[in-house]
Amino acid sequence: MKRPSFLFKIDQTPFSFTWGDGIVLVGLAGVIWYGTRLAFHAPATIQGPQISLSPSALPWYAGYSVARMTAAYFLSIIFTIVYGYSMVRNRYARRVLLPLLDILQSIPILSFLPMVVLSLSSILPGKIAAELASIILIFTSQAWNLTFAWYQALITIPNELGEASSIYNFNGWLRFKLLHLPFAAIGLLWNSIMSWAGGWFFLMAAEIFTVGSRDFRLPGLGAYLHEAASEGDIRAIVWGIAVLVLVITALDQLVWRPLLAWSERFKLEMVESEAPRTSWFYDAWLNSRLISWLDDHAFNPLSQKLDAFFLRYFPPKHQGEQEKEGRPWLMFTILALAAPPLAYGVYQAVMMLVGVSAAHWWQIAMGIGATFLRVAFALIIALAWTLPLGVAIGTNPRLATLLQPVVQIAASIPATALFPVILLFMLDMPGGLSLIAVFLMLLGTQWYLLFNIIAGASAIPQDLKFTATLLRLGTWNRWRILILPALFPYIVTGAIAAGGGAWNASIVAEYVDFAGKTVYTTGIGSTIARATASGDYPLLLASTLVMVVTVVLINRLIWRRLYRVAQERFRME
Amino acid sequence: MADVSLLKLKNVSQVYGTGQKQFTAVQNINITIEEGEFIVLLGPSGCGKSTLLRVITGLQKATEGRVLYRGVPLQGINPNAAIVFQTFALFPWLTVQENVEVALKARGVPPRVSVARALDLLDRVGLDGFETAYPRELSGGMRQKVGFARAMAIDPELLCLDEPFSALDVLSADALRGELLELWLGGRIPTRAILMVTHNIEEAIFMADRIIVMEKDPGRVVADLRVPLPQPRMRKDPKFLEVVDRVYALLAGQTQPEYLELGTAPGEPGRTRALPYINLNDLAGLLEYLDKMPNDRMDIYRLAEELKVNSDHLLRLIDAAELLGFATIAQGDITLRPLGETFAEASIQARKEIFATRIRRLPIFKWLTAMLKATDNHQLKWDVVQTALELEFPPEEAERQLDSAVTWGRYAEILSYEDNTQLIYLELPPHVPPSTPEDRSETPEGARS
Repeated sequence: MKRPSFLFKIDQTPFSFTWGDGIVLVGLAGVIWYGTRLAFHAPATIQGPQISLSPSALPWYAGYSVARMTAAYFLSIIFTIVYGYSMVRNRYARRVLLPLLDILQSIPILSFLPMVVLSLSSILPGKIAAELASIILIFTSQAWNLTFAWYQALITIPNELGEASSIYNFNGWLRFKLLHLPFAAIGLLWNSIMSWAGGWFFLMAAEIFTVGSRDFRLPGLGAYLHEAASEGDIRAIVWGIAVLVLVITALDQLVWRPLLAWSERFKLEMVESEAPRTSWFYDAWLNSRLISWLDDHAFNPLSQKLDAFFLRYFPPKHQGEQEKEGRPWLMFTILALAAPPLAYGVYQAVMMLVGVSAAHWWQIAMGIGATFLRVAFALIIALAWTLPLGVAIGTNPRLATLLQPVVQIAASIPATALFPVILLFMLDMPGGLSLIAVFLMLLGTQWYLLFNIIAGASAIPQDLKFTATLLRLGTWNRWRILILPALFPYIVTGAIAAGGGAWNASIVAEYVDFAGKTVYTTGIGSTIARATASGDYPLLLASTLVMVVTVVLINRLIWRRLYRVAQERFRME
Repeated sequence: MADVSLLKLKNVSQVYGTGQKQFTAVQNINITIEEGEFIVLLGPSGCGKSTLLRVITGLQKATEGRVLYRGVPLQGINPNAAIVFQTFALFPWLTVQENVEVALKARGVPPRVSVARALDLLDRVGLDGFETAYPRELSGGMRQKVGFARAMAIDPELLCLDEPFSALDVLSADALRGELLELWLGGRIPTRAILMVTHNIEEAIFMADRIIVMEKDPGRVVADLRVPLPQPRMRKDPKFLEVVDRVYALLAGQTQPEYLELGTAPGEPGRTRALPYINLNDLAGLLEYLDKMPNDRMDIYRLAEELKVNSDHLLRLIDAAELLGFATIAQGDITLRPLGETFAEASIQARKEIFATRIRRLPIFKWLTAMLKATDNHQLKWDVVQTALELEFPPEEAERQLDSAVTWGRYAEILSYEDNTQLIYLELPPHVPPSTPEDRSETPEGARS
């Protein structure tokens, strides 16, 4: 099985709601209210810089975007490590932090936007505020799955490796460097790749945004594509997409593939893998004299110095490996200190929600219904075409070598970048944006399904396939008895990721600026986007909360149950 | 006190859980380890010997009692002890050499010294030339050698071995045992004492100066005996076999009067007898084998040799035979009862009927059937029954007990279980033939595999 099974571990939170969920949801409403309070102090009008549509600007823009993504990524990594350790170290904290993470990952990126941007621009000069806000927004599309992967790794480290670390006196640093980080490496790496894909997807939303009469824009690829789309400049759109694909491919070849090849050593299995991942760049790196000189004269001595430093100033504590209970008082003190202002914020948020008119609530309800139908529709279409193709690729090695690269390149293009092209051709078709939105959701999320189905199909044991042939099962029976049950866990895993992505994509799919005009359709995403653009905070708060609750409910009530069934009944072991 | 033993356990107990669901892993353990001793903790799985090892090394703090190392109470990890793990516990992402070095690095040994020392140790365990290999490239035996080299790198006074050979194949295990004894007896390692945990009786007698025999429910010491044989020991030596016989006799115990043997129902005062975790086909195989012996009787240690099963497995089978009244145990011998004989010679369906009458007597089955009958449609959720059992057993053990009970009940055709609905229910009364030909086609196979 090639699929890294730790990609989407979602089984760590309970089915039902706990008091932790309650605290988190209520607290969130309070925090959002504070954000909007701050936002009122932001300058009334902000004029962004001009975005040039000349192709010669593209290298610079690409550089800016990559730099922003990198900054956001490192922010995500730091957040991940700190947050994960706090969850593992303190079980009192975990009861709040785990549901918080689960809910944070279902908040659409645009809902973070006004709060982040405006509160930053009320304390910082406009340009820095916009830059920081953009990085934080990209961060919100990168961080959560990394944190889950890290937490998952920390709680599944084999007991005896932990005990060996204790017996041999590892201090915190050595534990981190030699035990936790290597054990989590492969999971973190796969999730980093996903995070970057997520970052590219929302790049346009994160580089150019209007809040009321405040217009923020930052030089970058996302802004370029956005500008090209709203000008309706086909040539610029094509240039933009080409550069984007180039950047993504280069990152894949020069960063992710080498890292994947390198990470082979972190596999826990004690058998050598038959077809280890390879990378030409990694091989070149290994054979480079310069690199090996640097290794001997810079990296290794530095690493030794670092170890020595930490051993000297942070000696091991001679503690056993038992789970540290954590200090309840620390957590309760923080809660107690945060409670009064938070309670005030919650009170104000509730007042804000009370002020939302019945018409707006009706709009939210209709929106949720419409978006739900769109998500479901997108999933069904995705399943309808990925299932036959995925099975074909997964069971036919010749087809796999032929199609796999094509599929991978297609999957790496962020759907949002293609959106303008699609709009151009489809906006006048019957159904209009409402159907195009489904199409965009599909574009963004079908890959999760396809890759999972390919992995599942290639994991069907050969002897079962032989048996099916020997029993002369017809096509229908073959699918019903062998293929579908074998694929079920993979389909569920893929659908969970795809569904989550589709909800998030609704915001960029249901409301667009194109060729000088704004087009939108009924949906929760468009409600959120319009509330953001017009600075209608009560509506934004209400629609965000409704969407979060809906997504979390769907996850807990449907997906996790299916996931459990998949784990218990349809596992191939 | 002038007498300073290397290690002393005083009234050590380890209790898990709280409130009503409390389970004693080990109870009131007193052990003294002197310098120069090779001691083996021997007992069936679940007797708490690994827990004890963790208490001794400081990985775990005992609920009660004291651990004295050279007369001083142990605080946290014992810096003078090292463990060799059953699963090796090597870091897969470090090379062989780095795996050994890391133990030294963590103690602040400068790289120049640690490299030389790691190379020397690898040389001594015979891994010269494999320094840059990753553990996954090595065979099990070689991996465990890395484990030994790493443990010896820190010059432990007390070397603890947690079933170090049980994950290895027979030949590698044999070779490695010999090499360890050579290092130890030849005084080529600075270790002062070795403490090994195992459930393999022969291995214990082959290596140990002293064997501490433990029993479970709760984990406790039942015997502490010296092995009065000079090294090197020969497994076929009559004196060796005599000790083997004695230890088997200790572990297999004596068949008790029935009320003691059966125990009480869950939830009632008194101890509920745990069902041994076995394969029913193996049990049938054992009974068939005994049936062919003169007088239906055999020395248990010889049984282990001839059936080529490990001692832990065999003792569980014997436990089951005893519990079901198919055999009696006395002085290290097992004798088939007439009922066991009948079972061994019976047809498949007759076997099921005998088995059913036997397990109906067990309090845990009486309790389970009574509970099922008390419900409207004679069925209960798995989880409900397991929760009830958790008053008597720790959660994992409760699940295992229920698993055993359901398997036995299914074989005897008195219980059914459906995995989809997770429902356990009473099988239809026997006059409605419930079983289809497929059910009967399974033939119990012998334990001689």
